[in-house]
Amino acid sequence: MATAVHGPGIITELEPFTPGHRACSGCAEALAVRLAAKAIGNNAIIVNATGCMEVVASPFPYTSWRIPWIHTLFENAAAVASGVEAGLKSMEKKGKTPERNIKVVALAGDGGTSDIGLQALSGALERGHDFVYICLDNEAYMNTGIQRSSATPYGASTTTSPAGKESLGQITWKKNMPAIAVAHDIPYVATACPSYHRDLMKKVAKAVATPGPAYVHILSACPTGWRCPTDDAIKIGRLAVKTGTFPLYEVENGQYKLNLNLTKLEPVGNYLKMQGRFRHLTEDTIKEIQERVTQEYNKLVALASKSGEKASPE
Amino acid sequence: MTKREGLEVSIAVADAAMLSDVDVVSAYPITPQTHIVEHLAELVANGELKAAYIPVESEHSAMSACLGASAIGARTFTATASQGLELMHEVLYVASAMRFPIVMAVANRALSAPISIWGDHSDVMATRDVGWIQIFVENGQEAVDNVICAFRMGEDKRVLLPVMIHLDGFVLTHVIEPIELPDKKDVDRFLPPFKYPLPLDPEKPVTMGAFGQPFIYTEVKWAQEINLEKSKDVILEVWQEFGKAFGRQYSPIEQYQTDGAKVLLLTMGSYSETAMVAVDKMRNDGKEVGLLKLRLWRPFPYEELRESIKSAEILIVLDRAISFGGPGGPVCSEVKAALYGGEKQPKVVGFVGGLGGRDITMSGFEEMINRGIEIARTGSKREFEIYGVRE
Repeated sequence: MATAVHGPGIITELEPFTPGHRACSGCAEALAVRLAAKAIGNNAIIVNATGCMEVVASPFPYTSWRIPWIHTLFENAAAVASGVEAGLKSMEKKGKTPERNIKVVALAGDGGTSDIGLQALSGALERGHDFVYICLDNEAYMNTGIQRSSATPYGASTTTSPAGKESLGQITWKKNMPAIAVAHDIPYVATACPSYHRDLMKKVAKAVATPGPAYVHILSACPTGWRCPTDDAIKIGRLAVKTGTFPLYEVENGQYKLNLNLTKLEPVGNYLKMQGRFRHLTEDTIKEIQERVTQEYNKLVALASKSGEKASPE
Repeated sequence: MTKREGLEVSIAVADAAMLSDVDVVSAYPITPQTHIVEHLAELVANGELKAAYIPVESEHSAMSACLGASAIGARTFTATASQGLELMHEVLYVASAMRFPIVMAVANRALSAPISIWGDHSDVMATRDVGWIQIFVENGQEAVDNVICAFRMGEDKRVLLPVMIHLDGFVLTHVIEPIELPDKKDVDRFLPPFKYPLPLDPEKPVTMGAFGQPFIYTEVKWAQEINLEKSKDVILEVWQEFGKAFGRQYSPIEQYQTDGAKVLLLTMGSYSETAMVAVDKMRNDGKEVGLLKLRLWRPFPYEELRESIKSAEILIVLDRAISFGGPGGPVCSEVKAALYGGEKQPKVVGFVGGLGGRDITMSGFEEMINRGIEIARTGSKREFEIYGVRE
């Protein structure tokens, strides 16, 4: 029996994504999907890109999904979702099926989103399909064995950006996917982390309720790839947020809003030092990362203050 | 009463999709497919066609959106050509393996490099093994009729497979031909509404595209192969029904002037029309020459081919694509494989021609047939020859 993640009257007991999947122990991404699924509800169709969450949830003849779910390829989740959404609309308009307001949600990893699936995602956002795209970001191609993606953070050692005498690991800064989504002028963009489960569910629910395209970028710790103890995933997620490495914010119709009022950012070293993928970093590099994180965080603060939206205290 | 009217073939193909009451069109423009999708967009914009038109950002997404639309049970149509067909390559395999009866018109065109917008069959041949039903048409009327037939073939519960209708770029897509568009009510009678057996539906949840481990993958592929093989019976049935309803009858291989023909030429697509004229002339000159027009490319019509070559001594096959470093043309090598070991084995001579829009005239076909006869008798230094190449 799985322990239900719910507080009476606060979190639904609904579990469209069931226990028994094959995710690694300590996987925060599976938790993110579980929470997101609770917020999505039963009246939905899930389109899943190839990746960890597809593989762990659907080894034939088993499935973790109690709601309709389709997986086809790696880079096309947004395009398949476009077809599902347009198909439903067309069939309803023609009276071939009753109007049921079925929600369409695409799930993809950071590689499937920021690398190979970026074009399909951009197309679907630009066309204005009424759907939610959730990027499950664990900062590398974890399913194939921890290869770097454009979402891998600076300094992280992965199997294709290994730290070595001549390299500090990943030498590029993490691609800012939420900003790319915002640039499409879509009605709703948000970042979330399963370490803040109620915030995550609230955002997914909001995304689902938003007419038109919505994008939710969820950072989820991968103990296997981040080289950390399996019981640290939630703690690490919290530190990602509290250090400003992964700020929680929403962009509604272009208006930025920081969700947590962090009066002072925790030092980024606290976050990096918990993870084996950063263990080779020198204090100089950590300082460099700190400067970048502070600078990026301040940009967000500036954008949010322009909108005049107040962040809630943590 | 329907009447024949002068229509551009691309326009007529789009009209055929409209007559078939498609629910979703998802397409990306590429020459020479453009007129088909432009007209569909126009029909949707004018409210003549009640469908969602998804103007996707690539062919990969065009076919991917078709998967999604088909998965919820929408009747889905698209069209592409050449590089577009190659870009959607991996998605084509998914469409057939996941049993989505999408219909796609392919305006056959050469592949880069060098870039060429003109016709040949290189694009088709690269997608030979994707598990789709594939039909070549020779003229505009065949294109129209077979788009309508394609939905009924693909959507039949015994089949549930996607169908490609191949029509030659420009020489077919862009010409104006006398075409008879069937009446909507006749099409409605012929083509029942699409009822996908297990669509994505929250009221009856299914998991589609699960992960196939080694213990099951082989069986899935075997089932797929058997299914495509067996689809031939339904294809024949649909053509028969279509013939009864509309008076035009199609077959996997059409024979032309084959009575007593010792020499047969096999062609596909629009070039068959010129080849017929060449065969007529040679017949008039007293030569025992006939023509086989291969219409059904997948599933390959083995029996019909064996049956149709019974009286022939020489079979000349024209390919409009090269299998580089291989036996020449893909069609010729399949024909050889189909006949090898059979009771009756004519000498099979392979030509490649009509690449990248290079025309083959009536006298060209005559020349090719004569050279084919010569090769059959005295041999050639090569596995195949390229007709009309300047070496």
